Amino acid sequence: MKYKLSKAFAHIACWLPLIYLVYAAYNRQLGADPQEEMLHQLGLWTLIYLLMGLSITPLNRIFKYPILIKFRRMLGLYAFFYLLLHLTVFFIFYLEMSVAFLWDEIIERPYITVGMLAALMLLPLAFTSTKKMQRRLGRRWKKLHQLVYLISILAVVHFIWQSKSDLNEPLMYAIWLVTLLGFRIYQSKKSRR
Amino acid sequence: MKNRNMQSVYSSIKDNQVTPESVFWDRRKFIKNFALTTVGASALGGTMLQAASSDTSGFSTAEPLSSEYVVTHHNNFYEFSTSKSKPAKMAKDFNPGNDWKVSITGEIEKPGDYTLEDILSWAKIEERIYRLRCVEAWSMVIPWRGFQLSQLINQVRPTSKAKFVEFKTLESRTVFPGQNRGTLGFHVLPWPYKEGLRMDEALNPLSFIATGVYGKDLPGQNGAPLRLVVPWKYGFKSIKSIVSIRFLEQQPQNTWHKNGPREYGFYANVNPNVDHPRWSQARERRITDESFFGVKKIATQMFNGYSDQVAHMYKGMDLVRNF
Repeated sequence: MKYKLSKAFAHIACWLPLIYLVYAAYNRQLGADPQEEMLHQLGLWTLIYLLMGLSITPLNRIFKYPILIKFRRMLGLYAFFYLLLHLTVFFIFYLEMSVAFLWDEIIERPYITVGMLAALMLLPLAFTSTKKMQRRLGRRWKKLHQLVYLISILAVVHFIWQSKSDLNEPLMYAIWLVTLLGFRIYQSKKSRR
Repeated sequence: MKNRNMQSVYSSIKDNQVTPESVFWDRRKFIKNFALTTVGASALGGTMLQAASSDTSGFSTAEPLSSEYVVTHHNNFYEFSTSKSKPAKMAKDFNPGNDWKVSITGEIEKPGDYTLEDILSWAKIEERIYRLRCVEAWSMVIPWRGFQLSQLINQVRPTSKAKFVEFKTLESRTVFPGQNRGTLGFHVLPWPYKEGLRMDEALNPLSFIATGVYGKDLPGQNGAPLRLVVPWKYGFKSIKSIVSIRFLEQQPQNTWHKNGPREYGFYANVNPNVDHPRWSQARERRITDESFFGVKKIATQMFNGYSDQVAHMYKGMDLVRNF
């Protein structure tokens, strides 16, 4: 019961950024360029959910609170959800719904190439996130889902690469990611010994 | 700071009544009158718009104005913040007055520290409606108030050695918190912000020093009390809150070029055919108002549509290399 309640809360919490963004866009509170603000915020929340999902395992190891694991898939799927919205805004307002423009951007803009690559890799992870797929893929499932490390690295690179000169904010996310990856490297070295 | 001798199309409208629409229609009337007196009753039989485009000065445009809100709340003014919305809030206490000083030095006959009052006494204040194209591929149409830069230059008498002009923004961590180091200890840009023009560019009739916008004194976030406006170049050339103007024999280095020489040049002329290394410059996002659909993508024009006025200055120059 307690678990179900906290899960419901978590769902609401994950919807809040989107609800806020839609509300703010409707009420002209996203600044002078609401489309850009929407695009950037959706991208940022994609990264935040990715990194939150990756934080679950280390937090569980440190605090021994296994129920946390039950939120991991949910966070990953919300990352995917915000990614789809991020891409939709980009496609409609930046590419004017032109596939030709999309292709040009992917080929010519390295930060978009990197972002697109991360997006494509997240696709199979979202599709194989069900318990059924997990059972069907067996050991390969874990291998496949380790792609999330690469995806997160590419997402952070995408964030750093598109910023003009102020690296303070993107580098904070980079530090979060490096901490998470560092933890895993440390763990695997320890268990090998 | 009060600007006198101002004959503005907005002056009859009270502040709280200024809406983009009313301004727009006032301007339409202006264009109509202009077209009728100069071209006659449009012998070409074209529309008003075509008639207006026969104004070859480039000092006005028939395109819809960007709203006063977006002009004053979407500002790349890194001295305050890298956020575009924050400068409007952070500049509330930045109200430079007549005692603002500009040091004008270098290859001129009359160097010195001039006050804003001195400088304004040299100037013939007028209104200009310019397109502004940011290097980030967004753009606006802005009704500036101010004076032609050449008026200031002629007043201080450049010598034959003066080949370039360098401008500097105020450096002050108390006024501009963005000049402090960021959370992780990085400076956002090397301060103070510097920009430069070739002498012929600075003397081009389009080069303008803005003292106001939308019929009012320039708000802090737009670069009060004096900012450069060079509409055929990317917005970062239009340096804000100027405290120093130096006339030089050698080409000065501008801040963005120093920060990223591969990405930002000295000339920074708007050019749809030369992409920024990380994004396309072929099209731009024209911001008209702050509603969610107030932005439209349009094609970017060579020299931001000011070819007739400026292209001759770059004849024979490789614009790909001199980006």
